[in-house]
Amino acid sequence: MGNAINTGDTAWLLVCCSLVLLMTPALAFFYGGMVRRKNVLSTLTLSFVFMALIGVQWVLYGYSLAFGKSIGGLIGGLNYLGLAGVGAAPNPDYAKTIPHGLFAAFQMMFAVITPALITGAFVERVRFKSFLLFSLIWATLVYDPLCHWVWGKGGWLGALGCLDFAGGTVVHIAAGFSALAFALAIGPRKGFGKNPIEPHNITLTVMGAGLLWVGWFGFNAGSALAANGVAVNALLTTNTSAASAGLVWMVLSWLDGRPSPLGLATGMVVGLAAVTPASGFVTPMAAMVIGAVAAPLSYYGIRFRDKRQLDESLDVWACHGLASTWGMVACGLFATTEVNAAGANGLFYGNPGQLAIQLLAIGVTMAFTFGATFLVAKLLDWSIGLRVTTMEEEVGLDISAHGERAYS
Amino acid sequence: MLKKIEAIIREDKLNDVKEALREMGIVGLNVFEIRGHGRQGGITLTGRSGTYQVDMLTKIQVNIVLSDRNLDETIEAILRSAYTGESGDGLIFVSPVEEVIRIRTRERGYDAVMYPGDIDERKGQGGTKPPGS
Repeated sequence: MGNAINTGDTAWLLVCCSLVLLMTPALAFFYGGMVRRKNVLSTLTLSFVFMALIGVQWVLYGYSLAFGKSIGGLIGGLNYLGLAGVGAAPNPDYAKTIPHGLFAAFQMMFAVITPALITGAFVERVRFKSFLLFSLIWATLVYDPLCHWVWGKGGWLGALGCLDFAGGTVVHIAAGFSALAFALAIGPRKGFGKNPIEPHNITLTVMGAGLLWVGWFGFNAGSALAANGVAVNALLTTNTSAASAGLVWMVLSWLDGRPSPLGLATGMVVGLAAVTPASGFVTPMAAMVIGAVAAPLSYYGIRFRDKRQLDESLDVWACHGLASTWGMVACGLFATTEVNAAGANGLFYGNPGQLAIQLLAIGVTMAFTFGATFLVAKLLDWSIGLRVTTMEEEVGLDISAHGERAYS
Repeated sequence: MLKKIEAIIREDKLNDVKEALREMGIVGLNVFEIRGHGRQGGITLTGRSGTYQVDMLTKIQVNIVLSDRNLDETIEAILRSAYTGESGDGLIFVSPVEEVIRIRTRERGYDAVMYPGDIDERKGQGGTKPPGS
């Protein structure tokens, strides 16, 4: 019996599905604390709405485009429209021991949080209607194909042997470089660079970071798609990278002034994003290096972005894009089949070819996501406009776009 | 003459100032949470990556309207109770008040700022005619 359902694996993935779902509201709070009080509801909504939007899109056609029968390695076919035939029986192409429907649900949570990550780029000024349209187009034309390339059966990057355990390319580099492109298209917030734009509630942000860390166990360890040794390794590497990145970030912050709580929380999330592609392929000691290197990379990435006067508001590019780029590279260095027989060896284990494949996947993901996002954002800007009016921006999007206020 | 004191003090000195004023019999006061900066121009905060300048700091403004015969000792009490010696201790503004009217009784002037047990009653100097005027 090759395709018998394993109750242990199924139970674990059901839990992981819930853990990854939790990450989207966690991200909403993580972001919500960093904006001004007049935009906190708007910022929460930008993330939260994806549970509704992609929750529908994924069932209707998103899953099929990402994981349907491959058309030339570029996109999935329409054979799973409406999740037709995606039920209790396992799909051996993806996970032999859990129901196919559970795999689809688990993947849905990734499709939900990835566009939510991008929203950090354009908070406090985006027009909600344009944002919704952009998000649907992005999920369909960017996420679904990219997901297919890397994880779909027959997808071309996956077929080349690209190692991306839980979404370094598909989730974090995609979100980071799309955020960069969108920020360039929409322009800075009013007063950016002239007046300090302060986070209004670091408490929310720290709480969000904590919940993200918890959820990330589902994200990474769940990506083993089984309750096995690879899952345990992924959980350990995830925790180790978050810990070392948090520590290093705290020290960097301290050297510049004081050990900032916002910095500590940010460093932890950066460590989590960095280790994501490598979590199921590297040892915990390698993960410690991954986190420790990711922290200064993103820390000074933020500084660089700020010096360039670019208002990529909540640093999705520096925190997710840069960290996970390094994570993908690190995967090509530290990956070992001793950790995961289904993976590959990296440069340090005698396989330099893997690094080349990783670099190709990074380059393709950056170019595709940046280019496509910039194009879509610019087209929307020219046609219906990406931004709210100056008056609406000054009043704050909570009132002007949603008609509610967070604190009365 | 009626005077208004507007004292801008540290947030964490409010209780000390209130205490000092209550002890000397200043009964009525209003407190505002305000934001601003003085000569120092603000402070440096730690952010996500490095530090940044904040020029608007939260301060407390205490407003008191009183007879000018009580002015000097009231100012002295605030000076003592709001003092730390560090930058940011604040400022005291004093200005004349044209008229005060208590809504419930329609009392005007000195009568309107009098309360039972306040500084004037303690001095035995109630009433419409302040000494020396």
